[in-house]
Amino acid sequence: MLTIALLGVVILGIAGYVIARQRAVAVSGGETAALHSRPGYHGLYALTVTTLVGIGVFIVASAIGSWYLGSSMRSALADLDPTISGLQADRVLQDARAIATGGVTSAVDALREELSGVFSSVNATRVWGITILTLGGAIAALFFALQTITTEFRARNKSETIFRTILWSTAAVAVVTTVMIFIALIGETLNFFTGVLDWRIDKFLFGLTWSPLSGVHTGEMSPDKVGAVPLFVGTLMITVIAMLVAIPIGLFAAIYLSEFASTHVRAWAKPMLEILAGIPTVVYGFFAATTVAPFMVGMGASLGISVEAESALAAGLVMGIMIIPFISSLSDDVINAVPQSLRDGSYGLGATRAETIMKVVLPAALPGIVSASLLGISRAVGETMIVVMAVGQSANLTFNPLDKVTTVTVQITMLILGDTEAETAAGPAYTLGFALFAATLSLNIIALRIVRKYRQKYD
Amino acid sequence: MAADFKITASKVNVHYGEAHAIKDVDVNIESNAVTAFIGPSGCGKSTFLRCLNRMNDTIDICRVSGEILLDGLDIYQKKVDPVNLRARVGMVFQKPNPFPKSIYDNVAYGPRIHGLAKDKAELDQIVEQSLRRAALWNEAKDRLDQPGTGLSGGQQQRLCIARAVATAPEVLLMDEPCSALDPIATAQVEELIDELRASYSVVIVTHSMQQAARVSQKTAFFHLGHLLEFGETSKIFTNPDHEKTQQYITGRFG
Amino acid sequence: MTDTTSEPAFDMAKLSAKHTSQEAEARTKRRHWAEFRLKAYGILAILFAAVALVILVYTIVAKTLTVTNEFYLSLDVPIQLTERQSATLTDDNPNTNANLENLIFQAMGVQLEAPHRGRSARPLKGLISTYEGFSLGEIVGANLDLIGGNYHFEALLDDNLQLYMKGDFGRLSDAGTAGPITISAGDSGDQVVISAASNAFGASRIAMREDRAAEGRALRRSARDQERAFNETQEALDDATDPAERNRLQKLLDGFGQQRDQIFARADAALTEATDQRNNFTLRTDDPSVFIRANGGWIKITEMEPERLVGTVMNPLSQFGEVPEGKWSGLLMTSPEAERKISDRQLLWMEDLKREDRIVTHFNQRVLFSSDSAQAELAGIWGALIGSFWTMMVTFAIVFPIGVMASIYLEEFAPKNRLTDFIEVNINNLAAVPSIVFGLLGLTILLSGVKLFGIELFDGLLKVFAEDPRSTPLAGGVVLALMSLPTIIIASRASIKAVPPSIRDAALGLGASKLQTSTHHVLPLAMPGILTGSIIAMAQALGETAPLIIIGMNSFIQDPPGGPLDKANVLPSLIYLWNNNSERLFDGKTAVAISVLLIFLILMNALAVVLRKRFERRW
Repeated sequence: MLTIALLGVVILGIAGYVIARQRAVAVSGGETAALHSRPGYHGLYALTVTTLVGIGVFIVASAIGSWYLGSSMRSALADLDPTISGLQADRVLQDARAIATGGVTSAVDALREELSGVFSSVNATRVWGITILTLGGAIAALFFALQTITTEFRARNKSETIFRTILWSTAAVAVVTTVMIFIALIGETLNFFTGVLDWRIDKFLFGLTWSPLSGVHTGEMSPDKVGAVPLFVGTLMITVIAMLVAIPIGLFAAIYLSEFASTHVRAWAKPMLEILAGIPTVVYGFFAATTVAPFMVGMGASLGISVEAESALAAGLVMGIMIIPFISSLSDDVINAVPQSLRDGSYGLGATRAETIMKVVLPAALPGIVSASLLGISRAVGETMIVVMAVGQSANLTFNPLDKVTTVTVQITMLILGDTEAETAAGPAYTLGFALFAATLSLNIIALRIVRKYRQKYD
Repeated sequence: MAADFKITASKVNVHYGEAHAIKDVDVNIESNAVTAFIGPSGCGKSTFLRCLNRMNDTIDICRVSGEILLDGLDIYQKKVDPVNLRARVGMVFQKPNPFPKSIYDNVAYGPRIHGLAKDKAELDQIVEQSLRRAALWNEAKDRLDQPGTGLSGGQQQRLCIARAVATAPEVLLMDEPCSALDPIATAQVEELIDELRASYSVVIVTHSMQQAARVSQKTAFFHLGHLLEFGETSKIFTNPDHEKTQQYITGRFG
Repeated sequence: MTDTTSEPAFDMAKLSAKHTSQEAEARTKRRHWAEFRLKAYGILAILFAAVALVILVYTIVAKTLTVTNEFYLSLDVPIQLTERQSATLTDDNPNTNANLENLIFQAMGVQLEAPHRGRSARPLKGLISTYEGFSLGEIVGANLDLIGGNYHFEALLDDNLQLYMKGDFGRLSDAGTAGPITISAGDSGDQVVISAASNAFGASRIAMREDRAAEGRALRRSARDQERAFNETQEALDDATDPAERNRLQKLLDGFGQQRDQIFARADAALTEATDQRNNFTLRTDDPSVFIRANGGWIKITEMEPERLVGTVMNPLSQFGEVPEGKWSGLLMTSPEAERKISDRQLLWMEDLKREDRIVTHFNQRVLFSSDSAQAELAGIWGALIGSFWTMMVTFAIVFPIGVMASIYLEEFAPKNRLTDFIEVNINNLAAVPSIVFGLLGLTILLSGVKLFGIELFDGLLKVFAEDPRSTPLAGGVVLALMSLPTIIIASRASIKAVPPSIRDAALGLGASKLQTSTHHVLPLAMPGILTGSIIAMAQALGETAPLIIIGMNSFIQDPPGGPLDKANVLPSLIYLWNNNSERLFDGKTAVAISVLLIFLILMNALAVVLRKRFERRW
């Protein structure tokens, strides 16, 4: 039904275009040159006004409708059975909704049946209301637009202003997305802080035991079991291993390719690195879990060292390989940006190529390289698939890379995908998500600051 | 006399890929004198200058043939290492190119890589001497740890001269060193060049004939890759042998 | 201008001599050596990356090749239907299918001379895939003429049997067939006694000894762990003063000590068996399986003595008595029955069927063109492929218009003020946000709504379109669109920036408005670059997994989606799911899914490169 409403808006818009255009030609008596704007623009104006008003009304009406439906249901429940509240109330409402729409319910009883009746009637009102308001709004807008058609009417300018606003709003989508991320994460985080932690955030940030679901069947999540330090340490360890692989290899590769390599070598080396960059992380995860980890376990066994199958080493190594092209291409860019005049100056003083690179070029490119490393770290910290597939879930606090560990991203995934109620799992999951978001954002900002502050002006 | 010639070049040809840039050039550079290379744009004077310290080696498509002797040693011999050669034949470029390091580190760069100083004290002395020779010491001595890029244009070029001098070269090549400087800085550098010839053999490429006349003792006139005339500066500018030279110095082309 | 206020202490001229000294030559050598090292590091780095890539591709290709063939059991099945089956097949309802598996089992029973009904038929029934009865039913249903005659049917083998045929559980090897043997009846039922030459079964004896030795070593290690625990507890006991604590520790100590001794004893026993040349072995289920094939039947050995073996008859022999050398074979399967997914009986049947050319192979189209299935041998990627298609459609439909319009705004219209800076900062930051956060964003804003302190701020935005939008290509598409937006904006801006101002000036000079200039002149010229960037962004989105898993694409979905509002998986999430599955056949199938994904990525990137080369303009 709602899709019909939207479809109606589209049709009205197109109709508006055709009618308005014809109207414009008619108004000018066939002398289209007399019009300020060509007939097509009148048509365009009518189309945009109609469609935009229609969609706008639709959105507003939908929001109001959802709110109305929700509050009606809640008050109906309160009338019928005031004793039920909280999680149970949500469940009852959800079931009522499911009964009415033919979905899956956890239980069926008289209360739920009655509520489903309420739902059906209120929902019908809601849907009809939205449809009528939307179509009504669109028609009204169409009439308004048709009224405007005269020879002097600056239809082209008006429609261009509308389009410019549309353009601006598409650019604003990025801002809206950031705001939405913030809202999405902060909501549950605050719930978690007030609910489980009772504002003892230090228990989350500094606690050493992570076992958030251990008390859940008794209905309570224990604030002492949500210490995220094992996760932070695990994430850090894997990141460190990854960067120990990626930074030296990426940097040396970039140096060689930009300063020493012949065109032949560059011809296959650069594409090879780009291929590495394009491999999806899930494939890297598969590789880590099925090939690298067993290899490490086997090698460890033959050397007499015990290596866990879910160790930080395998995941870190593969993550490092994934990040190599990132570091190498960013470093390549900054190294190439160092002007040739500096190199010439160094050669003129009798320096070898290596000395020029190490003592002149790299120090000049250093801010960019540091920034690239920070961005690489940010990627490693936020990486999910490789660790989910290669690393375990047990929150083991250890500094030994051969031991099994878990990371922030793995825990978020497990909490969301697990069997626990979405409500309870959401708290720690989103809080971890917020911490992750804050961390990667900070790294990003620092990386940008470094480049901005220390960038050499070569003019 | 041959013994007075620091550098002797004979039958030098330079090819950039297919293009024949320098054609059969013979020239001698005197010790402790300033030799100027003049000529219209694109005549090859910078190219030839860069042959004298093998800077053309850094360009892949460049081929040099002929003989260039430094104190009797053919610098294009296999066993001559360009790295060492460039310590003996220093270069100052058209646009000042100080490293993004401190003034001290800029000057100390050459001595450090060639291992010229036994210890820090000696390195300090080398830096001071070089800055004095470049007439920059008084302005720089209180800001040795400040970045070299923070100096004015003229100061930067003098810093580059100090840097080149710090490697204790025997020859100084200067490729249009004043073309990026304002008139006051230009005058300062020209005065400096005159002082430098006491310790070094200087070769300067310039597109300004007046500068060549002011600063040099010997002048070579290049035209389309050929060395058309070489002789005493005073003679070149008052009574040249070659017709083209005459036309150039009177501004008929250039 | 020279500064003369200093002491002329230092003589620079002396330094010049250093350049031609011996010292300088040695030093230069060292410097060149340092340069060589730097180059070497660079080459090694590149080689490391190249080798890693090669190994990765090799593993994927190797694993893919393990499932390129499927194994079938070829049977002649007499089509004799029951009344009910007949009725089901001949009725007009195309949705009901008859399950003709009883006919298949019967044919198998005849072939293998084994029971095909009742509980004892379980091993036989386990040979083929669960739904083959329906496959046969479909075939007969489509061609009713087959009723009453014989049909040559190829039944797909069960996934464990597929693994066996590939050699995943090991292969039968020669256990030694020296000399004649004599088979006589044993004490009870199926038991037989075989007398053999003393050097027969050498290989299996070696295998047994190695097995025992490995067991002994493992037990030794475990005993040593107990020893360690014992010692630590002993130390704790020595330090403890509290009597209750001492009591507890003493009990622990005794326990560890006992365990340790027991395990050591077992270790010694195993090692003794391993080293004694003439020892007797009693074969347990965790030991390798040893078989004798003679007179058309199979015997499984249960006890081994140097010249006498005791065994159980698995498949009946035509006769007992003496069997000359060459007419019997001894076979060894090193992986024990307890660790395999197929029993010895099934293994022997497979051997007979192979010998009778009843096992055929076909190219595995199923993995490409079937949807996911709970049965490992039936699972395919088709459903996920369609899911990816719809998701990409939604993503492109959203992100391309928005991204291009946003970049036009930012490049052509945006004033240089704080607001524009703010927008640009946001775009750059979004590009660095981890993908899992976008998944969380999708989960709340789009799907389940946001609740703050118990108050519902708003419900999931996508609920407008569908009651439960989780796991739909619509939800996945929106999330991926938001993720790809910064990439497309950055790429499009670069293309638009590359169009020289002279074009704009020319258009404006003719009286075009800014919007007309942008849309009629600049955009078409920038379009190739924009398209190239978009294709690359889409390729990246195709491989994204984490956010889609979070919004619900993380479970088994049987049917391919009919449109963007049906629940679906995408290729990457299917890879994740299959990788989690412990069925070993999924190992190869996951590799197939990865190969298909990589092929699509290569094609898309190649398209982008071709596009860039063909339409690139040098301004």
